[in-house]
Order: sequence, then structure tokens, then C-alpha cells
Amino acid sequence: MAFQPVKFYQTGTFTVGNRLLADSERTVQANMRRTNSLNSGHRACQGCGEALGARYAIDAAMQATGNQVMAVNATGCLEVFSTPYPETSWQIPWMHSLFGNAAAVASGVAAALRVKGRSSVKVIAQGGDGGTTDIGFGCLSGMFERNDDVLYICYDNEAYMNTGVQRSSATPPAARTATTMAVGPHPGNVFGTGKNLPLIAMAHHIPYVATASVANLHDLEVKVMRAMGIEGARYIHIHVPCPLGWGSAPADTIKIARLAVESGLFPLFEAERGEITDRHKLRRRVPVEEYLKPQRRFAHLFGARPDVNTIASIQAIADRNVRTLGLAD
Amino acid sequence: MFQVRIHGRGGQGVVTAAEMLSIAAFDEGRYAQAFPSFGSERMGAPVMAFCRIDAKEIRTREPVMQPDALIIQDPTLLHQVDLFSGLPSSGYIIINSSRSFDELGIGELLGKFAADHLCAVAASELAMKFVGRPLPNAALLGGFAAISGQLRFDSVAKAISQKFPGKVGAANVAAARAAYELALSSIGSPVAHA
Amino acid sequence: MLKQMEGSLAVAQAVALCRPEVICAYPITPQTHIVEGLGEMVKDGELTNCEFINVESEFAALSVAIGASAAGARSYTATASQGILFMAEAVYNAAGLGLPIVMTIGNRAIGAPINIWNDHSDSMALRDAGWIQLFAETNQEAADLHIQAFRLAEELSCPVMVCVDGFILTHAYDRVDIPDQAQVDAYLPPFEPVQVLDCKDPVSIGAMVGPEAFFEVRYLQHHKQDRALDRIPQLAAEFKAQFGRDSGGLIRSYRCDDAETIVVALGSLVGTVKDAVDEARAAGSQIGVVSICSFRPFPLKQVRAALQSAKRVVVLEKCLAVGIGGIVSDGVRKSLSGIQLKGYTVIAGLGGRPITKRSLLDLFASAARDELQELNFLDLNWDVVHRELERGRQQRRAGPTAENILRDVGVTGARVA
Repeated sequence: MAFQPVKFYQTGTFTVGNRLLADSERTVQANMRRTNSLNSGHRACQGCGEALGARYAIDAAMQATGNQVMAVNATGCLEVFSTPYPETSWQIPWMHSLFGNAAAVASGVAAALRVKGRSSVKVIAQGGDGGTTDIGFGCLSGMFERNDDVLYICYDNEAYMNTGVQRSSATPPAARTATTMAVGPHPGNVFGTGKNLPLIAMAHHIPYVATASVANLHDLEVKVMRAMGIEGARYIHIHVPCPLGWGSAPADTIKIARLAVESGLFPLFEAERGEITDRHKLRRRVPVEEYLKPQRRFAHLFGARPDVNTIASIQAIADRNVRTLGLAD
Repeated sequence: MFQVRIHGRGGQGVVTAAEMLSIAAFDEGRYAQAFPSFGSERMGAPVMAFCRIDAKEIRTREPVMQPDALIIQDPTLLHQVDLFSGLPSSGYIIINSSRSFDELGIGELLGKFAADHLCAVAASELAMKFVGRPLPNAALLGGFAAISGQLRFDSVAKAISQKFPGKVGAANVAAARAAYELALSSIGSPVAHA
Repeated sequence: MLKQMEGSLAVAQAVALCRPEVICAYPITPQTHIVEGLGEMVKDGELTNCEFINVESEFAALSVAIGASAAGARSYTATASQGILFMAEAVYNAAGLGLPIVMTIGNRAIGAPINIWNDHSDSMALRDAGWIQLFAETNQEAADLHIQAFRLAEELSCPVMVCVDGFILTHAYDRVDIPDQAQVDAYLPPFEPVQVLDCKDPVSIGAMVGPEAFFEVRYLQHHKQDRALDRIPQLAAEFKAQFGRDSGGLIRSYRCDDAETIVVALGSLVGTVKDAVDEARAAGSQIGVVSICSFRPFPLKQVRAALQSAKRVVVLEKCLAVGIGGIVSDGVRKSLSGIQLKGYTVIAGLGGRPITKRSLLDLFASAARDELQELNFLDLNWDVVHRELERGRQQRRAGPTAENILRDVGVTGARVA
């Protein structure tokens, strides 16, 4: 009897799908005993991808460690909206020091726990793209190089959102920000600039590097839990759309994140000690236009006379990702 | 207070020499202060170190402007740097050289000093012989002890052993002792050789 | 136990006796020997229960200390000059958060022009950040102040920097009495944090504070330093009882009782001044010196009491507030508010320019004749200055000032003075 292989997708992402899974494979958020470590009442914008990602990530980390997590936060959106004086929405020990030193402060916390014989308590450092790829880069590299026992999570919304949407080294080419305005012969962010933090993390040969997206929250949880079971320096880079900064509808956050993944512009993969161990293959490629169109930060590429050259250049970036990472299904 | 100024080049152990002097003085129950005049390490550059010795607490921190003794670890400095600045005519001079003061071109200059306060010791050669490396500092300290009478040789030997443990220390002590004895025997004769 | 040793190592041994739990270090001249000493002690097992972390910058060094301290560990680091500036944000952060970190500053000049020698500009640059600042006169005091510093920092929940003159003290061999562990344990109990990251009792530390509360938080920092004014002498007295010697405290007076002229100075400079004072006294001058150990908090009352009966005060400082003049002088003037006496500021020793007894004696003589300006520069080479000014007047593109002057003074070899 011939049979045809059938692939199941997105089991566990939707409520219905969750019930098809064994208990141990269900999402943390579906669990009544989730810790809600980033509790409700914070002041994030409607549709904030970072708030969503952080809630899932921290709760997953709590489950993986038996509720033994401390967090160190860089200055940024997450820090600001989660702790509007005199309130805090954090249910775990949490500290904010400065913009550029989250990784170093986290290393210090980890060192203190180690010296006091409490290494079962795990430390997570959190920062936005600005605090991670730019001002926090030195401390991050130092933490990686020393292999300090810290998981660093970068919530990448591709600009300095907290201060008013200025360009960071994670801002994609052609994107409009307050410091890369959509004017002149080359509107938006310049091509040929920027850093790929996941690849840089891999170049440090740390035990675990992963990219994740709020498009696939179950995958995000799994990656965080996997990371919490590993010792040493770990890095997870989460793509988190920002409706305000990207000019997208708050209700579309997850949809846009998914388009980023499916276009190839934000590849999902895991790596250990510099080698890729797994990647999320794309069963359905979408042209980058589908991803760019719903975001007003790319509006200057469209309209009466679309900027086909720039769009093609962006498509080339996506194609390159698919090719080099082997994302074609 | 007795003040020593040591001149040499980076890499010759000038600072260590001053430190050893201070340790020797400490071992004799006296107060001592030793410090360098330079900062960044640079092989070959002229350097100075100072050592003050006193029976009571030493409070001043200025460089040694009026040394009671000079130890010159590198004779090539003789016509490059004003080594003798501030040294009174009663001062002591110990120079690392196998040549005579005249041959070094300072015979006339040294005429104003008491002959038994001066000595040239071939310290680098002694170091090569006993230690296998041309580091003259320990040997020169032996010469200093002999000429100045400020420290007992045993204190100097103990300080050297503290700084250089084991066989290296013993070898340096041997070089120092040889220099000490040569210097003692040369007192009165202004032309001293190894 | 009495030892003849390098100042840096004496500091390292004193810090080690304080049972630090996290030490993070980034090298910068002239503090390197301190952290190298501590690193070796950790690595060979002499210093146990201590994590020694090699960080990638001074900013990282203090940041690691901040994290460690917030998690309840006794934390220590050391820096100087450019390093304290590089960590400036973290310096303010540590004070604002009230973390009892102890940090050694191996006092060194700040560039440009780059200079590795001693002056007080680095500590002074961060004097308003909220750290307690203690200045050591000798290597013995440098060691002792670290023991007092941990006690003071943890009691008040306020970071403390111990300032030790670079090269002059750090690289000098001196006789130092290193206490034993039992003595230090009796003086310094284990660290009990006021705030700590603890899973059993979670708190959020470091939130943004708006206009409705920032003022009060900042005032309470100031209040802490007020309390330090009381605690510092008390802890120094306790230290004397435990260890048998005078170390620390707010200020010390030397031969000031009937002094007409009183010199005020900080750090190792005081030693040279004391020798000069003795010589001047022997020649008939009525002169004394006040050394300030606690620069922050500034002991206004105590300085006033020490100086108020003098005819004139000469503040000798190793720092220059470019554009106005003295820094220590400001504090001294404030303490003398309402009292009429002649005050002179003498800037000296910048960038490691030696301060000699000879120059001090000339200075004291001029002061006694009231022949000083309000702002004076000890042993500044005015010829060199005027030549450089003239160069600038002759042509627009006169070249970089520092290089011009170096060429002018013909820097070759080592000079005695």
C-alpha cells in the first residue's frame, strides 16, 4: 500500500492544536500554573511584540528552572513599560542598571550566585536591539567570551523605539526611522550597513544561539527552555514587531512577524558552538513585498511609482538567507 | 636619613635593586622607602629608582634630589644623563664597569670625591659568571654594602634571596658576595676591577 | 605582621582579608599590581570563596560589581584615570542604587594629553557622583582604609572609593603592618544587604523615577553622606581599638595649634609637607598642615574648626578645575564661610610633576609674607608657557600644543628634576 507523507504544521500554536499535543509538549502559556512573571498592568503599547515575547520567554524560563530565574534588563521599552514608578509588573527578582551593561551586570549576578553556591538560580539578561547590538555590544561580547552562565535575550524591533524610533545597527535597509528619514535619493536606512548579532554570537562559539519570533510562540518557548538546560553563555534573538515604530496595525503584530519569517528576511535557526544545528524550513515562501507593504516604515517604496530596485535588493537579501541557511523545504 | 639613587636602563632591574635595598634595611629593623621614577616599561630607556633608609618613619615622597649614594648600573648613561646631580662630595658612587674611571672619561669629575667612597665593579661580568645572565643589580648591591657600610652583607643577601628564590637567588647572592669582597679590597684604590 | 612590600600588594592583601566574594578587574596603570595580586591569590587558592573575573572594560568591571553586589555578594574593583571616566555612568548608577561596592582609585592624571603619572583629577572628576571618597596618606593607611571602607559601605549602603596616589604609593615599597584574619573578621562582619535579588522574596531594582519622587531619592543619598560624617570618625576609633593605630577619620592636624599659616592637602603629598613644615618650624615659622582624609563627605565643620584661628590658609591641590581654579579650595572656602582670613590656592604636581621640599619651603615663605596670588601654580615653567603662546601668535597652524612643548623641553632620558 502506497502512502503519502503528511506534514503537520502549527500544532500547538492555536488553541485547538494544543489539545492535540501531549501534556509535556503543550505551551507554557497554556498551563494554568504559568508564573505570569511579566504580569498584566504594564504600560506597553497595544500590539507590542516585545511584551508578548518577554512574557512567553520568561514564563518558559521559569518552568524550565522550577521558578528560579533572575532578570537583568537594559534600558529600553521593556524596562520602561514594565516598571512605571511606583509599580512593577515583574514577579521575579529583576534589576535595571544602565543601557549598555545588561550583559555585564548579569555576569555579576551569576558570579555572586556561583560564589554563594546557588548556581541553580539562573540569570537572564534582556535588552532591545539598541542595547544589544550597539551600546551593549562590548559587554555582550565580553560575557560571550568568558562563557558566563547567562542567557541573553535580545528583543529586536529594529530601532531605538523607546526614544522615538531612531536607527540602530539592527534596522533593516530602506526602513524609515527618525534618523534615516524617507527623503533624498536613498530614502530610509542605508544598504550595506548593520550587524547580524546571531551570527556574531555564533562566532564566539558559545554553547547555544537561536533566533525566534513572536510568529511562533511555541517555538520561542521551546528554545528558551532548551537554553535554560544548558550551562554557559547563551543567546536568543527574538524578532518583535513594533506597531508604533513600524507603522503597522497593532492587531497585525503576529501576522507581520510571520511574514518576516516566511519571506526569508528573519530566518529561524539554532546553533551550538558556532555550528547550525537546526533551521526552520519555509514551506511557503512569500515575496518580501507582502511583508513590507503593511508597514508604513516602508511606505516610500510603494505608491504610484514603486521603488522596484530597492524592493528587489531586499528580496535579494531574503533569497540569500534562504540559500545560505538552507531554508527551502 | 640615607638616600640612594640608582640609574640604569629599563630591563636591568633598577627598580628591583631599590626594592632589595629597602628589604635589606627593613630586615635590619629600619624604615625604608623604595620607588621608581618612571612609569611605562620600556626596555633600554634610561630609568631611575630611589631608596631612602632611616631609623624613623619616612614621610617625604619627593624624588631623591640629594642622594648620599649613587649606583650606576649602566655606564653608557654617563655622558647622556646628568647622573651626578645633587651628589655631595662626600657621596658614594658605585659604577657597573670593568674599566677604570679614567677610561670611562670621568676620572677628573670624580676627583672631588673621597677615593674610598668610589668603586667600579664589573657587576655584569660577575652576574654572567655566577648567574648566567648579565643582570648587574644584585652584584652592585654587594658593592654598595661594602663601600657605604650602610647595610650588612647578610641583610643584602637575605633580601636578594627573598626577591629571587631558589637557585637563582643563591647565584645572585654569590655574585653579590664576590662584588662585596672585591669592593672591600679596593677601598683606598680608586681603580677597582673585577 | 610587619612587612616591607609594594603598596599595591599591601592593598591587595588588605582587600583579601575583607573576604571579598566577587572581584572584577580591567587593567590600567597604576592599579594593575593590585588586581594582579588579588587574581593570583584567588587562582592559587589563597583567597577562597571568591570569583575573580577578567572583564573587557572598566565599564564592564563596575557593571559586574553592580550585579554581584545587587545579588548580595561583597564586591570590589579598582581603576584610575581614563578608566573611571569610562565607567562614569556606572559610578553614578552604583551610588544611586545604593550598592556598597568598594573601589580603589590609583590616582592618575586624565588626558588629553595622555599621562600615566599621579594627580587627583580622576577622583575629583567623579566627586559629586555620590560615592564616599577617602584619601590615603601612606601605604599603611591605604591598606587600612580598605578595611574601614567595606564596613562603612555596607553599613550605609553607599559605595566607597579609596584613593591611593599612583606610583608614589602604589609602586613604592614601604613598611606595612598587615593585620591577621581574626582581627579583620572582628571588625568587618559578613555582608547583610539592605536590598538583594532573591527568588524567595523578589524585588525590582532600578526603576525609572519621575519628578514625583526623584528629588527625595537623591536627597536621601546626600543624607547618607551626612551620616557618614558621624560614622567615619567612629569607625576610625573602632579601628584604632582593634588594630592599634590611627588610620582614616575625617581630617588630621599636624602642628596647627599655634599656626599662623596652615597648609591643607590630600594624600601622599602630606608626608612631604610635614617634613617641610618641620623644617620651616625649626627656622621660626609658625606653620602647620591639615590633611583631609574624607573628601566626600566633605568635613566642613571639622575643617572650619581646624583652620579658623589661622591668619592664612594655603590649599595645596593636585587637581585643577579648568576655568576656575581649585577644587579642594572650594570646599575649604565653604567651610570658612563668614570667617575672614587670607586664602591661597596652589595647584601642584599635575601629571606627576614632582613636589619637592625645597619648592614647598619657598612657597611657605612667600605665603608667610602674603606674596602669593589667589591662584598659584607651583613649579610651572612659565618660559615654556610663554614660548608656546608666542608660537600660537606667530601662526595659525602652530601644531599640537603637547608635542610642541615636548620638543621645546627636549625630552630625552630621565631627569632628576
